[in-house]
Amino acid sequence: MRKICTLIATALLLAACGHQQSATQSQGDVSFEGQLEQQLLDAKPGSVIDIPAGHYSLKRGLSLRTNGVTIRGAGMDKTVLSFRGQVVGPEGLLVNADDFTIENLAIEDTMGDALKINQGRNITIHGVRIAWTDGPKTTNGAYGLYPVKTQNVLVEDSVVIGASDAGIYVGQSNNIVVRRNRAEQNVAGIEIENSVNADVYDNTTTKNTGGILVFNMPNLSLAGHSTRVFHNKVYANNTGNFAKKGAAVASVPAGSGIVVNSNDKVEIFDNDIADNQTASIIISSYFSTNYYNTSGVAADYNPYPKGIYVYGNRITGGGDSPDGLKLKTLKAAVYGLTGKFPDVVWDGYADPKDLVNGLSPPDDRICIQDVNGVLDIDGPHSYKNPSTDTKAYQCTLPKLPPVVLNPEPKV
Amino acid sequence: MPMKMWIRGLLLLALLCLSACHHGMDPVAFHADGYPPRLSDWHVVEARDGVLQLNQGVMPYELNTPLFTDYAHKLRTIWMPKGVSARYNPTDTFDFPVGTIISKTFFYPLPKGEARNATDIARTYDTSRDFSGQGLNLANVHLVETRLLVRRANGWVAIPYVWNAEQTDAMLARTGDVQALTLVSDDGARENFNYVVPDQSQCASCHAHDLTTHALQPIGPKARHLNRDYRYADGDENELAHLVRVGYLTGAPDPADAPRNANWMDSHASLDARARAYLDINCGHCHNPKGAANTTGLTLDITTAEDRHIGICKPPTAAGQGTGDHLFDIVPGHPDDSILPYRLSSAVPGTMMPELGRSTVHQEGVALIEAWIASLPGQCVVIH
Repeated sequence: MRKICTLIATALLLAACGHQQSATQSQGDVSFEGQLEQQLLDAKPGSVIDIPAGHYSLKRGLSLRTNGVTIRGAGMDKTVLSFRGQVVGPEGLLVNADDFTIENLAIEDTMGDALKINQGRNITIHGVRIAWTDGPKTTNGAYGLYPVKTQNVLVEDSVVIGASDAGIYVGQSNNIVVRRNRAEQNVAGIEIENSVNADVYDNTTTKNTGGILVFNMPNLSLAGHSTRVFHNKVYANNTGNFAKKGAAVASVPAGSGIVVNSNDKVEIFDNDIADNQTASIIISSYFSTNYYNTSGVAADYNPYPKGIYVYGNRITGGGDSPDGLKLKTLKAAVYGLTGKFPDVVWDGYADPKDLVNGLSPPDDRICIQDVNGVLDIDGPHSYKNPSTDTKAYQCTLPKLPPVVLNPEPKV
Repeated sequence: MPMKMWIRGLLLLALLCLSACHHGMDPVAFHADGYPPRLSDWHVVEARDGVLQLNQGVMPYELNTPLFTDYAHKLRTIWMPKGVSARYNPTDTFDFPVGTIISKTFFYPLPKGEARNATDIARTYDTSRDFSGQGLNLANVHLVETRLLVRRANGWVAIPYVWNAEQTDAMLARTGDVQALTLVSDDGARENFNYVVPDQSQCASCHAHDLTTHALQPIGPKARHLNRDYRYADGDENELAHLVRVGYLTGAPDPADAPRNANWMDSHASLDARARAYLDINCGHCHNPKGAANTTGLTLDITTAEDRHIGICKPPTAAGQGTGDHLFDIVPGHPDDSILPYRLSSAVPGTMMPELGRSTVHQEGVALIEAWIASLPGQCVVIH
C-alpha cells in the first residue's frame, strides 16, 4: 500500500512540477513587410528609413510613433508600396509623431486612408504619389494625404488619384502650405477643413468632383479660417460624385471648381479656373449640405461663410451643366435652357444676426471682383427668388498674410 | 494507518507540491529594458505539464465587459514587485508602479468533438474550460498570443508574444502576426478569418492615452471594469477588494462606492447600461476627448452625455465610405439608418470599427447596439 501511495505522490509531484521548455525560436517575418515594420519600430529621432526602388506588396497597415523620422523612397514612380488585398488596416501608413518627413514614394490601393498623420508638428510630405489604381470607386479609401491635428505642415509636389473623399485633406490643423500638387479623379481634389492659416497654391486639380474645397464642419475643436487659394489650375472637375452619402463631400455637386463651405476669411485669387460644369466658384453654408439638424450640431457652430474675397482669377467656361435636378431647374429658370451659371454661385445664407440694412459687417462680407456674374440661389427660401444682382459683392477685404512655415522644412 | 488518512496525506502532499510549484517556477522577472525573446523569460505565465500556470503573486482578473477580439477568450493577469502598489483612481487607469507586468493571453476553447488541428477553434461563450484559479488546461484550448504591458521607468511598453505550434512557449513578435483560423460554432457552422496579432506600434493605436505625449496606458485596470467578483482559488471575491487585500492597490473605496460598468451580457442590467459598457470598452479608448479619435467629435466612453457627443443625430466628420450611405452616427429609433451599427457590422478595413483588433463581426455586440439605438427616443430633424 505504502509503495503504491508513494508512487502516486511521486507521479503527482512530477506531473505538477515537471519542467517542459521549448527551444523553438520564432524566425520572425523576413519579408520586406516585416523588415519595414521592424525599421519603423526601431526608428530613433534622426533615423532615415530608405526604401529602395521596387514594387512592394503589403497586407498590413504600417504605423510610426517616433518623432524626427524620415521615410524616403527612390521616386514616386520607383518605390511603390501596394496595399492591394490589404487584410489589416485601416491606413496604409499611420503616423503619430512630430518632425516627420516622407518623400519620393508611392502608396497604392489602401483599403482606408493612404497616409494619415494624426497629431504632429512639423510635417513634410514631398513627392509622394497616392493612387487607387482602378480609378474612381466608392470602395476606394477615403483620404489620400491626410494630416489632421497637425501644425506647420507642408504638402508639396505630390500626386493623389482616386480618393473616395478628399485627395489631399488637411484637417483641424494650423499653419499649412499645400503647393505644386496634382489631384485627379478624387471626390474632392484638395480640401482644407477646420484649419487655420493655410496657403494653397500652384496646384493642379482636374477630373475631381470638386477641385479645391475650404470647409468647416461642426462639433470639432477648431473652427477654421484664413485660407488663401491662389495661382492654382482648377479645370474640368466634372467626375460624378462617388462618395458615400453622409460624407461631407457627398454634398458637393459634380462640376465644382473651388468651393467654400461655412469657412471664414478665405481669399481666392489669381487662379486659372475652367470648364467646371456646375460652377467655377461656389460659396455655401452648412445648411446646403442637408446634414444640419439642431440636436446633432453644436450650438456654437458658425455655418455662415464670412469674409470671403474673390478677385483676379482667370475664369473660362463652366456653369453650363450643373449637377442635380435642383440646380438644373434653377439654371433653366434663370438663364434659359441653353444659358449657363455665372462664375460664382452663392447659396444665399447670411448670418441674420449680423445683417445691417441687409448687409453683413464689412469684415464679414462676401466680396467678389473680376467675374462675369454672381448668382444668389436663395437657398433659405428653397430657391424661390434667385438674384443676379452683384451690387452687394462690390467691396474689398484686407488681404491675408502669407503662411510662413517655422521651422522651415528640410526638403 | 487507515486508508482515509493516507488519502488525506496524499492530498496535502499534492497541495504542498502545487504551491511549491510557484517556487519551482523562477521568480517573476521584470526586465527593465529590451525585448526578451520568449514569454517564459518573464516567468509570469508559463505552460507546464499541459497547464498554463500563473506564478506566485500573479493575480488573474476579468472585466465587467471586455473588448471583443474575434471571440477569443482571455486570461488577464497582473503582477507587481514586492513593497509597491497601484494608486486607485475612480475614472482613469490606476497609477501603477514601475515594475508592474500585466499579461493578457488570447486563447480559444477547442471545438467540441473535434481532434486538435492547426486552425479550428470554438466560437463559444462557454467559459467552463477557461482558467479558474487552478491553471488553464491546455488539453482544452488553443493559445494564440500573450500580450504584455510592462511599466518601465519611462512608461508603459507593449510587447506581443505568439504561442508556438507545440503550445509550449510564446515567442516575441514585435511585428505582429496574421494567422488563418476557423471559428467553429456548436452547430457546426464554420467561419474562416485572419486572426491578427497587432504589431508593437499598433498596440499604441488603442493604448496611446495621449497622442501628444505618445504615452501608453493599460485600458482594463480601471475601477469600473474591475468592480466585479472573481472566482479565485480560495473563493469568490470582488476584484478591487482582492487587489487591496493582497497589497496591489491603495486608496480604493469600498467596492459598493466605486463605479461599476455593466456586464454587456447581463440580462438583469438595463439595455442602456449594457450598451454603454460595450461602447466604453470597445470604442472609448480612442473615442474620448484625448484619444486618437478626438478628430471626429464623437465620444463613446462611459462619461459621454447621451446627446450629439455620443453620436445622436451627429453628422460624421471623416467616415469616408464608413457612412454606409447614412447621414448620422445614431438616428434614435432607427439602427438601420445609423452609422454606428453599420461600422460595427463590417469587417472591411477602412469601413469597420473598431479599426483594429478584430477580423470578424461580433454579431451579439451588434445586436445589443441595434437594440439600444432602437430604444432611444427622439428624431433628427434636418433644417435648411
